[in-house]
Parts: sequence; C-alpha cells; structure tokens
Amino acid sequence: MSLLGTRPADVVGARRASAVLPASPGPVSTGTTSTGASSAGAARTTSLRARPGTGPATGRLARARRHPLARPGALVALLVVTVVVAWALVPTAFTSADPITGVPADNLLPPSAAHWFGTDHLGRDLFARTVHGTGLSLQAAAVAIVIALGAGSLLGLVAGFVGGRVDDVLMRLTDVLLAIPGLLLSLAVVTVLGFGTLKVAIAVGVASVATFARVMRAEVLRVRSATYVEAARLAGARRGSVVVRHVVPNAAGPVLALATIELGTVVLAVSALSFLGFGAIPPTPEWGSLVAEGRNYLATAWWYSTLPGLVVAVVVLSAGRLGRAFERGGRTAR
Amino acid sequence: MSAYVLRRVAAAVVVLLAAFTVTFAVLYLLPSDPASIMLDAGTGGGGVDPAQAEALRERLGLDQSPAEQYVAALGRTATGDLGTSISSGAPVATLIAQALPETAKLAGFALLLAVAGGAGLASLATWTRSPRLRGLLLALPPLGVAVPTFWVGLVLLQLLSFRLPVFPAVGNQGFASLVLPAVTLAVPLSATIAQVLAQGMRAAWGAAYVETALAKGATRTRVQLRHVTRNAALPSLTLLGVLVGNLLAGAVVVETVFSRQGFGRLVQAAVTTQDIPVVLGLVLVAALVFVVVNLLVDLAYPLLDPRTAVTSYARSL
Repeated sequence: MSLLGTRPADVVGARRASAVLPASPGPVSTGTTSTGASSAGAARTTSLRARPGTGPATGRLARARRHPLARPGALVALLVVTVVVAWALVPTAFTSADPITGVPADNLLPPSAAHWFGTDHLGRDLFARTVHGTGLSLQAAAVAIVIALGAGSLLGLVAGFVGGRVDDVLMRLTDVLLAIPGLLLSLAVVTVLGFGTLKVAIAVGVASVATFARVMRAEVLRVRSATYVEAARLAGARRGSVVVRHVVPNAAGPVLALATIELGTVVLAVSALSFLGFGAIPPTPEWGSLVAEGRNYLATAWWYSTLPGLVVAVVVLSAGRLGRAFERGGRTAR
Repeated sequence: MSAYVLRRVAAAVVVLLAAFTVTFAVLYLLPSDPASIMLDAGTGGGGVDPAQAEALRERLGLDQSPAEQYVAALGRTATGDLGTSISSGAPVATLIAQALPETAKLAGFALLLAVAGGAGLASLATWTRSPRLRGLLLALPPLGVAVPTFWVGLVLLQLLSFRLPVFPAVGNQGFASLVLPAVTLAVPLSATIAQVLAQGMRAAWGAAYVETALAKGATRTRVQLRHVTRNAALPSLTLLGVLVGNLLAGAVVVETVFSRQGFGRLVQAAVTTQDIPVVLGLVLVAALVFVVVNLLVDLAYPLLDPRTAVTSYARSL
C-alpha cells in the first residue's frame, strides 16, 4: 500500500495521456508531467477536505459514497450499459415485434406508443431492429476488445519484461501501427478478410493492438522495478512465476481500465464500418447498418436514422463515463 | 542543427518504410488469395475460373515468393509507381492525385474549425470563474468524442439541408457544399483538441508565472491570452500529426455521408470492390501525410520553443 502510494506521479500522468492520445511521439512529456503532478495535488486536497467529516460514524458506507462510481452521472451510465447488455442477451424480453419481417401497410410510421422508434420503409419496427441489432454490435465490440487486449498485452508484456533489442523492435512496430489511422488499418484488414460482423470485429481489434501494447509495456516497466519483484527474484523465484504471479496481476489494472475506455471507441469503429456497408448482410440488423438504411429517407422520416444513431451515441458516452470512473476508482483504491 | 534535421528525416523514412511493409504484409501475406478476391469481386461473386485466376496471378506477380513480391512492390513504389487499379485499370497514383485536392480542402477547413472550436472552448473553460459554466463547457468534449461521425452528418443534413434548405445535401460544388461535411469532420477533432488543451491550460493557470502576472496587476483575460495559451498551446502541437491522420480516416465516413468525391470515397469504393493495389496506395499516402506532418512539427518545435532546441542539441552531441 505505502509502496504504491509513493510511486512517481508522472507515471499516472503519462498513462492518462496515453489513454487519451495513443500516438503522441515527441516532447509532449512536459505537459504530461505537470498534469500528473496536478492530479496528485487534487487527490491530496480531496483527502484533506474529507478528513473533518470522517467521524467514527462514517465508515465503509461513506467511503462507498465517495467512490467515483457512486456519482449520479456514473450511475446513469451504469444503468444504460446494463439495459443495453440486457437487450443483447434477451432481446425478446424488451420487444415482441419481429425485426426481420414487417407489416408493409405500416411503413414509415413516426414514433408512437406502439412503435417507440417508428417504423422503416418495409414496415418493420425500428425499436425491435435496434434491440435485436444490439447483440451483433456488442459481440463485435467484445471480440475486438478481446483481440486488442490479448495481443496488445502480450506484446507489451514481452517488450517490457524482456527489454533491450526486443523492446526496441516491438515498440517501433507499435509506432508504425499508430502512424496508420485506425480506421484505415481496419479497412485494409477488411479488404483482405472480406465482409461480415466477425471480420469487422477482427479488423477493429487489430487496429487497437498498439494502444494496449503501449500501456501494458509502461505498466510492466513500472512493476518490474518494484521492490516486491526484486524480492521475489532474490528469493529464487523463476522468471516465469515472477511474471505470472507478480508482474501481470499488478500491471493488469490500468490495462483493464483502458479496455473499458476503449470499449466506446471500439463500438464507434464497429458501427462506422457497419455503416459503410462492411458488416452484417442486409436483413440482419446492426447499429451502423440501421443508420445507413435510414439515409435514403432523411427528408421524409427523421426518426429512421436519428433514433438508432442516438442509441449508439448514448451507449458510447456511457461506456466512456464508466471507463473514466473505473480508472479513477482504481487509482483512489490503491 | 543539421544533424538533428537529418536524424528526423531518416527516422521519418524508416517509419514510412515500415508502414509500407506492415500494410503489404496485411494485404498480400494474410492467408487469402488476392487473385480470387479480385476476380470474385469483378464478377459479382459469380464464382472464379481457375485458369483465369492463374493468369491474373501471373500478371500480378502473385506466383512469385512473398519476398520477391515485396522487393518488386517496394522498388515500384519507391519510383512513385503504385500499380494499377484492378476494377478500373487506371494507375493508382493518378486516382489518388485526382482525389486528394477535394479532401485537402475539406480537411483543411475542418482542421481550422476544430482548432478554433477546441481552443475557444478550452480557453473559455479555464478563463471563466463560474464553476457552472466551466462544468458545462468541460462536459462537451466527451460528448463530441462519443457521437458517431456518420450520425452527426446525417442529423446536420436533416436539419440544415432538408428541414431548412440552407446548405446543399450532396456534391462538391462551391463553398456551401463544404460547410456541413467540414463541421461534421471537425466535431470529434475539436473535442480532442479541447480535452488536451484544457488539461494543459489548467496546469498553466497553477504555474508561478501566472501568479506573478496576476500580482503585477494583469487581468485574467490578459493572462489567458499572453501567458496561459502560449504555454499550453506548444505541447498540443504534437497532436497535429495524429489529428491530420484522423482527418483522412474521418473523410472516409464523411465523404460517404455527403456523397463527396475525394480520398475517403476512393477508400470506401476500393474496399467495397476489394481493390488491393488501390487500398495499399491509399494507406501509404495516409501514412506519408502523418509522417510528413510529424516531421514538420518536430522541425518547427525548436524554433518555437528554445528550451527544446537545447535538449535536441544535447541529444545530437
């Protein structure tokens, strides 16, 4: 506890900067050190302010209330994400309408009590299509995150732990991956793999590997020089067991926080590729393709692309809000 | 100084070479058959004639070993020959050269809007003493990052082209057709700029020189403009390379939404027809733009900030 408390503030700052801004080569470090110091200063003032209120009566409950996840904004975000995950798991519990076959007579109806999001040009209920499209869209995002997290962490772990020439080569590789805009890299992968939800997910995952590798490497470097790792090595532990038992668990926190933050970005990327027409094959609903289908009816049916798109925006916003709360919570808890 | 310049240029060339290698590896060496993909896309998925595939493979040099293919492609690319498009038969370099000016206009205007909007928002948020206004302003960037670009574009189209016919909905004609796409493209960008800049400005407001300036009687506005902005703006300059790269990627979506011709539409079309040489050329151009912008930033940095000039001089010793 005390050991982690004394770690230099600029590590925190550097990590936060890299989360916002994956590719920042060059002398941005002047800015990040100062922000790191200021965030450490902010943490100090809040703990000072909290002290007078902490009497014997306030204990775990008060601390829970001060947790970043307990703020109203974060609670709403948590609710949104919970509802959307429920949509993905049991879509039929939220809507009884058929997402694939519609009632042609009911085409392009505006939102009403019967059709919350209105209907499309084939008379299908758009709310039902949005809810049923959630499964595929979230699955794609999850696959992308798993690929990026897995491959990125492995690269970062090897680079950080082995060091030397291997580290140089791997980090130059991430430099290059970061030099190609993510969406373009994803599109290049889609060109070769072909179209479909899973292929889009792989493409988006590949494009985010470098960001995870960077953060993982930074964490491994921090943990590697910690006293307990040195102690374990001096005690005769083998390299492999040091990595598995000490380095990975202690480096995992920030990487997992990054995964929650990246979730929003990944949902956006997946829906953008789906919007461009590289996702699921037409009758199957997906968030991005739903918005794309509404393009031809912009002048006559405002709800068609607006409401499904709004769902994407709210979900991404909530995921980002949750990610920041997790990150902040992880930092104060340690 | 000249050693520093040479070193930066050499590093830029290495990154570009590596970008070519990675993209080539993705496009040509992944377990897939480019010749079948191209033929399949050409016939609309109507099956592939093996003899035809073999002929195409030979014509494209795909029957050679990966190393031979790579060296041949690298040699051609180094002389500016990016190959020919599979679907149209036109030289890739010509296609890109035709598409770039329109996108440059769009990206330039969007960058202008994004810098003005992002810097304005960050300045106002750190300058104001009203916590409510500050909270409101600082809540905007996360929103700007979260909304899908294609959705912003469609909503703007709906409101300002169909509801109120202020701007044309599609096309490349004149300045009016540039406004909505540029605004759409600028939204996520200005949000990123505002986030980074607001962080830097908040740090600058806590610096000793700000306290000194205020103690000497400078107004908050003067301190914001003369001291805080100048000190906070410099580190954000390194963002420029990333931002321009994002502009090119964002153009893929924005140009599709607004049916504009340009780099992004070319990317979308090339991926749809699985036109591998065109995709390789486009990714390479994007990497080139990123590398050149970063190089310019690196070279301009010592001129703008004398402190880094000293360190870069020390590094070159």
